[in-house]
Amino acid sequence: MKLKVKDLEFSYAHVPVLKDIRIELAESEMLGVVGPNGAGKSTLIRCIDRILKPQHGTILLDERDIKDMHLMDLARKIGYIPQSSSQIFPATVFDTVLMGRRPHLGWRSSEKDTEKVLETLQMLNIEDLAMQDINELSGGQQQKVFIARALTQEPDVLLLDEPTSNLDIRHQLEVMDIIKNIVRERGISAIMAIHDLNLASRYADRIVMMNGGEIFDAGDAASVLTPENIKRVYGVEAEVNNNHGRPYIVPIRPVR
Amino acid sequence: MTLSTEMITGAKKRAEIKEQYKRFIGRKILFILFSIILIFIIAGVAATLGSYPITVMEVYSIIFHGLFQNPETTKEIVIWNLRLPRILMGILAGVGLAIAGAMLQGILKNPMASPFTLGIAAGAGFGAALAIILGAGLIAGKYLLIGNAFLFSLIPTFVILGLARYRRATPETMILAGIALLYIFHASTTLLMYFSEPEAVKEAYFWMVGSLGKASWENILPVSIVLMGCTIPLMWKSWDVNVMGAGDETAKSLGVNVERTRIFIMVIASLLTAGIICFTGAIGFIGLVAPHMCRMVIGGDNRFLIPASGLFGAALLLGADTVARTIIAPVILPVGVLTAFMGGPLFLYLIMRKRREYW
Repeated sequence: MKLKVKDLEFSYAHVPVLKDIRIELAESEMLGVVGPNGAGKSTLIRCIDRILKPQHGTILLDERDIKDMHLMDLARKIGYIPQSSSQIFPATVFDTVLMGRRPHLGWRSSEKDTEKVLETLQMLNIEDLAMQDINELSGGQQQKVFIARALTQEPDVLLLDEPTSNLDIRHQLEVMDIIKNIVRERGISAIMAIHDLNLASRYADRIVMMNGGEIFDAGDAASVLTPENIKRVYGVEAEVNNNHGRPYIVPIRPVR
Repeated sequence: MTLSTEMITGAKKRAEIKEQYKRFIGRKILFILFSIILIFIIAGVAATLGSYPITVMEVYSIIFHGLFQNPETTKEIVIWNLRLPRILMGILAGVGLAIAGAMLQGILKNPMASPFTLGIAAGAGFGAALAIILGAGLIAGKYLLIGNAFLFSLIPTFVILGLARYRRATPETMILAGIALLYIFHASTTLLMYFSEPEAVKEAYFWMVGSLGKASWENILPVSIVLMGCTIPLMWKSWDVNVMGAGDETAKSLGVNVERTRIFIMVIASLLTAGIICFTGAIGFIGLVAPHMCRMVIGGDNRFLIPASGLFGAALLLGADTVARTIIAPVILPVGVLTAFMGGPLFLYLIMRKRREYW
């Protein structure tokens, strides 16, 4: 197992957000985390990257407790891709992607780091944006830049916080394809919080469904994304069709 | 397209981007050099201006000779003992205030931040007023005013440090705490002034505006030490501040201890500001305007922004002081008035022509 989350508990000022979370992530596996707003998806991802400190439980990365790891060591292993940019002052795409090298170097960046950035930009087909300001890009382009930054970090595990939430359908597919390919080719494992059940069904190897800070169900898409589960967790009546062996969800009406 | 031509165009494109990136860095270095030259020009002009006429060539030859022997003639004494300390203080103060402003804007992620955002100037003002009006302070003797201004200007920083033990050190908590302290100090200063003699009130008030009139060789040394001591650690943390610009969460995921770095930079920038304004008074606007102007030209990379803002800030302050000395000569205006008068409209102009939310 690449990553193990055991008995994780987290609360914001005595309001419990995560309870008794247990997750295992295999090498080169893409895990989709679904659930309604406030289910704790983003909080879970932030706990795994030590952006938040859980009150209870352990997270093991390659059998090592991340609590005992130096921040920089952890940053060399786990990459985080945020939902949107919070950059206020100007930064070029090149410099933004170069930040991914931070865990690997000191004050100066070397020729090798420049090459790494160029390589990644080319791989994601965004080299034409290199000298543009990150804030002048569209949501889809920004998302690709964040993926590029996380990849120059050369992590073993990628954490994605709703990577498609601001994107049009074309960019949704592009971004998901990129992530899927990276997971395959580089043997990286990924955990992504995602709202769109159909994207989760199509791209995730395994799905964890959360509700009220707890894991409601986990397994492959067909076993988790059932009309019963969707009704109980989301309060929505839905039809689940078979689409090339993957469940395809058609929401019908909120349960009254 | 065959695979090989694809590879060739790929390699070509890469080389092109690399070239563009190098040019971008070249532009930043050019701007820094330009600022240095600007300082030399303004300093040269500033040294010739004044009630005693001296030409530029004379100025430089006097400075050169003065390096080897003590000043003897009137001209030499005017340059070495009157004008040069003032010019040097202007440069040091400009560098320090602009760098402190750039870094505080960076860690607070707020374009309105300046060296005085966290209540530093208000604290210094109260300390100075206490010394001027009541003659009371923590250090006796001729350093009463300077010592008071320095120590009181650091109080807000320590209060924020204390708060950070209970609340997370987010930009919002820090700015709000700074504003709260600013009001407390302002109220205390006003109360103090309300019950004192008009002459003392006037003196205290003009201390707060800030001027280079009290510059002397004696003051240059401590200011230089503070400036060196603070700029080096700020430069060392510049990349972490870049990373923090991408958001706290991203910065944490890249291994930066965000809260600790934010506190560290706040303390250093406050020390830097305090070390300068205790000698000059709270000269405003340089720390706000200089970093923004530099960002417009060279972008937001703090590794270049720190030296660029510092040098450009020095040129701005020196220029403002030169105008302040000559505009209605023989009356010498406090430079703080000029920086505000120049900075205000300049800032409005920048806001008008902004390309997007911030540059």
